[in-house]
Amino acid sequence: MLSVKEIHTYYGNIQALKGVSLDIEKGEIITLIGANGAGKSTTLMSISGLMHPRSGKIFYQNMPLHLLSPEKIVSLGIVQVPEGRRIFPDFTVMENLEMGAYLRSDKPQLKKDYDYIFELFPILKDRKRQLGGTLSGGEQQMLAISRALMAKPKLLLLDEPSLGLAPMVIKQIFQIIRKINSEQSTTILLVEQNANLALQTADRGYVIENGLIIMQDKAEKLLQNEEVKKAYLGIV
Amino acid sequence: MDLYFLELFFSGLTRGGIYTLIALGYTMVYGIIGLINFAHGEIYMIAAFIGLTFAGIFSILQFSLISILLIAVFFAMLFSAAYGYTIEKTAYKPLRQASRLAPLISAIGMSIFLREYVILAQTPDFLAFPMLFGDLELPEFMMDFIQPTETIIILVSFFLVGILLLFIKHTKTGKAMRAISQDREMAMLLGVNSDKIISFTFMVGSLLAAFGAILISAHIGQINYNIGFIIGIKAFTAAVLGGIGSIPGAALGGLTLGLIESFATGYISSDYEDVFAFGILVLILIFKPAGFLGKKEHKKV
Repeated sequence: MLSVKEIHTYYGNIQALKGVSLDIEKGEIITLIGANGAGKSTTLMSISGLMHPRSGKIFYQNMPLHLLSPEKIVSLGIVQVPEGRRIFPDFTVMENLEMGAYLRSDKPQLKKDYDYIFELFPILKDRKRQLGGTLSGGEQQMLAISRALMAKPKLLLLDEPSLGLAPMVIKQIFQIIRKINSEQSTTILLVEQNANLALQTADRGYVIENGLIIMQDKAEKLLQNEEVKKAYLGIV
Repeated sequence: MDLYFLELFFSGLTRGGIYTLIALGYTMVYGIIGLINFAHGEIYMIAAFIGLTFAGIFSILQFSLISILLIAVFFAMLFSAAYGYTIEKTAYKPLRQASRLAPLISAIGMSIFLREYVILAQTPDFLAFPMLFGDLELPEFMMDFIQPTETIIILVSFFLVGILLLFIKHTKTGKAMRAISQDREMAMLLGVNSDKIISFTFMVGSLLAAFGAILISAHIGQINYNIGFIIGIKAFTAAVLGGIGSIPGAALGGLTLGLIESFATGYISSDYEDVFAFGILVLILIFKPAGFLGKKEHKKV
């Protein structure tokens, strides 16, 4: 479905990605784990078209994604929930959701999708008219995911959905992620620092270090891998 | 309440209305890309020249005053939108990723360029602008404290601000503008074409300035290459006073500044007209840099 081929992405003169390659098949949950600054978010931003790789290619269903604009990429069904959630603070919950549906023109279907989201996250229904900036961290993460779902993603890119949240909330969010994957057959690329949780959720995993993929395998195998255990799972 | 007070009040509202129309351009552009578009006053000035050109052509063709006015407004809006679009594309867009200082310098450069261009291509002298409102009549008792043209300027500017507020609040494009002003990258991640929306914002700001330019030129009766400079800085003061980035703030700041100027010149001295405006600018920047309705900058995590 998506294949990233040897991309090199820079922030000014600093090279963040030094030839990252990964493949995602339809229906999978893939995770990309790694330390702070390893290049996880840069990989997602390169896929979303907000950063342009200096070399390398990205293909989505055989279309050259690295040549397209961010809005075109969204219209193809690749939607990102960026790190830090980035809710529009001055918009209400409802307006935030409407922004998610910005490119959609199938009005009759919209109502059904709002209902689906309020079923997934009933709390958002209660907070419909509340400003995004006044929500708690967990609610903001739920809203961020819901906003992305309103764009009808075929491939959902999630950047650190567990960041800064209470364990209970994390558990709930990850249940929903699995549910979206199984019910909507949405393919998911999950970027996480919480490697343990990510590998338990995903089908396959990639380990990124200093802008390079150093390992890739089935998730359960990575969980057993000595190096991964040592470096990312905190098990000696 | 004596008549002199009312007269000053309405002349203040008139000034305030015009300041508001121009301040909206500053505040919308600032809201959306965080840039003070110093060339905005020049758009106002160029719109007046465009209006004069077309008013000239159509008065030779013996059109009626009211149709000349409408034609002048139409073409001034059309051309100024094109100028606004072009300025953004040439002077600001290439600097989108640069430090904040670069587009600011580019803006000042663009402003000087446009003024010099009008001096060279047109004239450094004052030109007479036709009084396109003609001989309007108001009821006798009103004529004592308000001029007919003032009524039109006040009504039109209030109307335009109202339309703009509705547009921003309820249309899809308006929502996209507000989304970009909160978090441009995030808006792009949801499929908003930010370049398009930014161009559009420059064009709307320019349209409003053009409207103001024709109204005030037809009221005062003369224009030159320098008219955009002072009024531009005053409108900028109004935008800062109201809270730059806020549209209701621009209206509030514009009206406040217009009224203060009018009363100060009426009751104190007209020699110090500009001192009051810029004195206010200095005071707000010291004591309330966020303005009436502006928000304190909160750092994004």
